[in-house]
Amino acid sequence: MTTTTSPPAADRAAGTGRPTRPAARRPRRSLLPYLLLAPAVVLELAIHVVPMLVGAWMSLLELTQFHIRDWSGAPFVGLDNYRVVFDLDSAAGAELLRSFRVTVVYTVLSVGLSWVLGTTAAVLLQRPFRGRAVLRALFLTPYALPVYTAVITWTFLFQRDTGLVNHVLVDQLGLVDEPPFWLIGDNSFVALLIVSIWRTWPFAFLCVMAGLQNIPDELYEAAAMDGAGFWRRLRSVTLPMLRPVNLVLLLVLFLWTFNDFNTPYVLFGGSAPAEADLISLHIYRSSFQTWDFGTGSAMSVVLLLFLLLVTAGYLLLTNRRRNDA
Amino acid sequence: MSRRHLAILTATVLAAASLTACGSGDEPGEGGKTLTYWASNQGASLEADKEILQPELDKFEQQTGIKVNVEVVPWSDLLNRLLAAATTGQGPDVVNIGNTWSASLQATGALVEFDDATLDKVGGKDRFVPAALAAAGAPDQPPAAVPLYSLAYALYYNKQSFADAGITAPPTTWEELAEVGRKLTGDGTWGLAVEGANPSENAHHAFTFGQQYGGNWFDAAGQPTFDTPQNVAAVKRYVDLMAVDKIVNPSNAEYAQNQSVSDFANGKAAMLLWQAAGANLKSQNMAADAYGVAPVPFLASPPAGGKQVNSMVAGINIAVFKHTKNLDGALEFVKFMTSDTEQVTLNKTYGSLPAVGTVAADPAFAADEQQVLAQTLATTAAPLPQVPEESTFETLVGTAIKELFADAASGRPVTEDSVREKLTRAQQQMR
Repeated sequence: MTTTTSPPAADRAAGTGRPTRPAARRPRRSLLPYLLLAPAVVLELAIHVVPMLVGAWMSLLELTQFHIRDWSGAPFVGLDNYRVVFDLDSAAGAELLRSFRVTVVYTVLSVGLSWVLGTTAAVLLQRPFRGRAVLRALFLTPYALPVYTAVITWTFLFQRDTGLVNHVLVDQLGLVDEPPFWLIGDNSFVALLIVSIWRTWPFAFLCVMAGLQNIPDELYEAAAMDGAGFWRRLRSVTLPMLRPVNLVLLLVLFLWTFNDFNTPYVLFGGSAPAEADLISLHIYRSSFQTWDFGTGSAMSVVLLLFLLLVTAGYLLLTNRRRNDA
Repeated sequence: MSRRHLAILTATVLAAASLTACGSGDEPGEGGKTLTYWASNQGASLEADKEILQPELDKFEQQTGIKVNVEVVPWSDLLNRLLAAATTGQGPDVVNIGNTWSASLQATGALVEFDDATLDKVGGKDRFVPAALAAAGAPDQPPAAVPLYSLAYALYYNKQSFADAGITAPPTTWEELAEVGRKLTGDGTWGLAVEGANPSENAHHAFTFGQQYGGNWFDAAGQPTFDTPQNVAAVKRYVDLMAVDKIVNPSNAEYAQNQSVSDFANGKAAMLLWQAAGANLKSQNMAADAYGVAPVPFLASPPAGGKQVNSMVAGINIAVFKHTKNLDGALEFVKFMTSDTEQVTLNKTYGSLPAVGTVAADPAFAADEQQVLAQTLATTAAPLPQVPEESTFETLVGTAIKELFADAASGRPVTEDSVREKLTRAQQQMR
């Protein structure tokens, strides 16, 4: 490393006959960093912040088809839309609560199972073996496919009479006598979960695989010398070392899955069965199909606050644990 | 230029570019020589529609010098796209709308009103079939559109299946339809195909059955009356075709993309209730002489107040957005599309009926199918309620029926109570 040093101020001032003093010139603030940041700030404002604030404003209006062309004419109703949302005796409130419950269960199962699958696959593929690169590429395929194309394919697979799933279950394996429905009724939740996990687990696999590369081999060697088997190494070396990756991974997966709109929308169309009525689709239906954008916005604001609370709580909890460690 | 200045310049350009990007958009009708037209999907596919429409649009350009850029929008997206255009003032100049949406879209105030003066610019009020024009907006207001293609529901039946089962005539009552359907069900074929997961189709049938049972979905003040005993009975009668009569394949409960038409064309179902299915059946290689067309059945013994209605006044309207910068050109285009020549050409291709009276007797509409549709429209069709909440009615009631079909398909009982409960919940979601 090389360092450069400036001559002392006293030397520079030598010969002038004036007493020397440290240079007191005020540092000049450069505009450059702000200009470089400006495009990102403008886009962030335009894409995230302004629509969010507009959404919050909409939630205070009775914004139906009578006013969507000129919002200024929409009656200001204060918190009335929120009262509808939180009134569990009303159809709208009860439906939202049911949708919320479905979404929580869906998120927990999808994130949990995706993480388990992704971690298992990444750990099993950690050691080099013939064909490992092919398997890794294959596992990442669902993540690389366009969402709409992939989910439309699943809708064909899940058709009762002509779908491949029932063909295998009924005709090939003979596990059931009557072909079950997958896109309506109770099984629709299972179908939704399967598609979600299929789409999500490769991302978990990718992140965990990247995290595993940072674990020094020496740790495994030391553990092996101490007599640790596979499970002990997994529990005492791999998972603790993956903790920073998992903290972010689980949070991202939670937010993506809870807000998932594309999967149910493509799988079921605009109106999902009650068993698979995720909250994002529910809000869409409340807004666009019943043209009640005020109530839909109130639901969105409540959802935003819920996700903010969960995220803040999660980060606080995980940071505290890290500090305590 | 120093590196520092270069960096500042780059940052400024980037910031300016991002700001201008926010302001770009789809500008309607640039100055008079182009129009943007959103057409609905009337043919076998979006591409087929474009191929059908493009020669006509070229003809319009030759006549007027106005170029029309057409986009065929699938039905699943059309209402959302129209809403977005109404909200932002950005989008097409001229659009096709389902005629049942007319009053709902009229309430947004985004569409040009066809008052008498405006109607005169497109040929005059008297040109249009009165029943079709009545389904272009709320009764006490100038229409928000004019009719383009007229449609009605009919009963399509497979002649060979009927002959094989010894059935000599199509059913005229629902009771007969159930009986005939039972004879036709078996060995992998079903009596009737329905589009059970399509809310709009369900809502259309709910309306027709409701009329036959003497029900109304909105009262005189425009308030929803979904769960009246008449409407409960009407919806139950429709769903019972699957739940009780067992003449509909339970798989139809997940049909929402015209699979029922395919089932009929492929011989998996012997009957179908549809609007002008001929063109679609032809595209699926079903010969015109392989099927017959009859009016939709009625109840054998209608209850008190029951109406002799067996179809909604169905159809497609053409409307102009107020935000167009080329109103005269847009109205000129509407006049062109509703001209005698275009009405014959397009309706003949789509198997629908002309929306103007002057060409009703054209030989293009002399086929059995068109005769049945015309007869239905003239005598036993009624318009869906022209109230602003109509599109919401279609969504909520149509979805409730979708759930009832799902119950029936899964073997859960569909009772009067379960129907009423679903309709009540749908009504409570109306605000």
